[in-house]
Amino acid sequence: MSYLTLSLTLIFVLIPLILSRTLKLGLEKDTIIATVRSIIQLLAVGYVLQYVFETDNIIFILLMILLMIGAATQNARRKGTSIRGITWKLVITFIFIEVLTQSILLGLNIVPPTPQYIIPISGMVIGNSMVLGILFLNRFTAEVENLQDETELILTLGGTPKQAIHTQLITSIKASTIPTIESQKTIGLVQLPGMMSGQIIAGADPVQAVQFQLLILFILLTTAVVTSIMLGYLSYPTLFNQRMQFLKLRS
Amino acid sequence: MIQAAVEFQNVHYSADGLHILKNITGAFPFGKITTLVGPSGAGKSTLFKLCNGLRSPDSGEILIKGTSIDSYDPVELRRKVGIALQSATMVKGSVLENLELPLTLQGKKIDIEFALELLHDVGLEGEFLERNAKELSGGQRQKLSIARTLVNKPEVLLLDEITSSLDRVSQRDIEELIEKINEKYGTTMIWITHNLEQALRIGHFTWVMMNGELIESGESSLLKNPRDKRVQDFVKGEVE
Repeated sequence: MSYLTLSLTLIFVLIPLILSRTLKLGLEKDTIIATVRSIIQLLAVGYVLQYVFETDNIIFILLMILLMIGAATQNARRKGTSIRGITWKLVITFIFIEVLTQSILLGLNIVPPTPQYIIPISGMVIGNSMVLGILFLNRFTAEVENLQDETELILTLGGTPKQAIHTQLITSIKASTIPTIESQKTIGLVQLPGMMSGQIIAGADPVQAVQFQLLILFILLTTAVVTSIMLGYLSYPTLFNQRMQFLKLRS
Repeated sequence: MIQAAVEFQNVHYSADGLHILKNITGAFPFGKITTLVGPSGAGKSTLFKLCNGLRSPDSGEILIKGTSIDSYDPVELRRKVGIALQSATMVKGSVLENLELPLTLQGKKIDIEFALELLHDVGLEGEFLERNAKELSGGQRQKLSIARTLVNKPEVLLLDEITSSLDRVSQRDIEELIEKINEKYGTTMIWITHNLEQALRIGHFTWVMMNGELIESGESSLLKNPRDKRVQDFVKGEVE
C-alpha cells in the first residue's frame, strides 16, 4: 500500500469527526489526538521493527520486549495504586508470562526463533496480559473494598489471610478471565480476529492464517488465566501484616 | 485478688490521624462479666479489636491471661478471644454454613447435634439450619452471630452491642444465655452496651469510657453512684 492510498483511509477518521461536530458530541479533540498518536506510534514501531528484523540481534529483541513490559506496567499500575508494590508485581507477572510462553513456543519448535515471530507474539502476549491485569485489579480492589466486613469476620473467627480473602480473589480471577474464554467461543462466527485478517489481506493462505490464529488464541488463554492468578496471589498478602491484620487499601 | 483475663497497660491507639485510645490501663477480671459503657465514639469497639488482635496498639501492652498478646499466634489468639460484632456479618450461604464457618476454617465439619444445641441455646429453631443466612432478620442474625462465636469455645468472649436490635424478650433470653455460659464454662465476658440498666443488671464489673479514655471502672454498682462528674452526667443521659 502506498502512502497516497494510506492517506485516503483518513476518510474513516473524517466521518466520526463530522458526526461528532454535527451532533456536538465533543469527541473531535480526542479523535484527532488518537489518530495522530496512532500514526506516529505505529510508523515508529514499523521502522524500529524493520531495523530489528534486518539486524537480527538478540539484544534488540530483548530491548523491544523490555520496552513492551515497561509500557504495559506503566499503563496497568494506574489501576492498582491502592495495592502496595503493584509496579513490581506487574513487572514480575509480565516477565513470567513472556518467559513461559516463549519457552514453550521456541523450546518445542512451534515457531522459529526469529524476531519476526518472537516480537509480534510477545506484543500480543504482553498486551493481553496488561488488559487482563487491568481487569483483574479493577475487580479485585472493588471486591476487597466491598467485602471488608466479611474479611474481618473470617479473621476474627481464626481464619488466615488467605481464607479471609479467598472469595474476593476467586471472584476477581473468574471475572477477569471469563471475557477471554467467552470471546473464544464465538470467534470466527461473528468476527475474524485481527491477526488472521491481516495475514489473509497480506495474501497468506487462509488455513495457514487460521493455524497461527489458533496458536495465538491458545496462548492468550494461558496468558489470561496465569496473569490473573499470579497478580492475585502476589497482591493479596500486601493487604495484611505479619500479625494477620487486615490493612486498608491505600487511597 | 481476681486474676485478669485481659489487661491493658498504658495502651494508646491511633488511626487515620485520630488518637482513638488514650493511655488505657485496666483489667477485665477472669471468669466475670464486665460491661463496657460510654457514649458513641468513646473507642469501645476499637478496644475490642485490640483484644482480638485485629489491631495493634501504638504503644503500651495488652496481656491475655498474663502473657503479652504479641506472644500468641494470631489464629490461636482469635480462637481464644472470640468476638461477636454489632454488624453480625454473614457470609454467603445457609445458616449451617455460617454456624460451621469457624470449623470450616480449620478444615473440620460441625456435628449436627452440636449445631442444633447451639441454635437452641440462642433461641433459634432447628429448622433455620437450611435457611439463607443473608435473609434472616437483624435479631436472628445477631443470635446466629453469637452461636457462631461459641463454636470456637472461646475463653474470652467480646460482645459488641449484641442485643441492640433485639426485642425485650429476646434481649432477656440472650442475657440469660450469656450468664449461663459464664457460669457453666467460666468464660470471661466483655460486653459493650448502650443500655445502662443492662450493664448494671448483668455486669459484675463495668468500665466507663469517654473520648478514648477509661474514666471509671469497678463493680457495676458504680453506675448508681459515679464519682466522676462526666460519668454522673453520662448516667443522667446528658452526654450522648
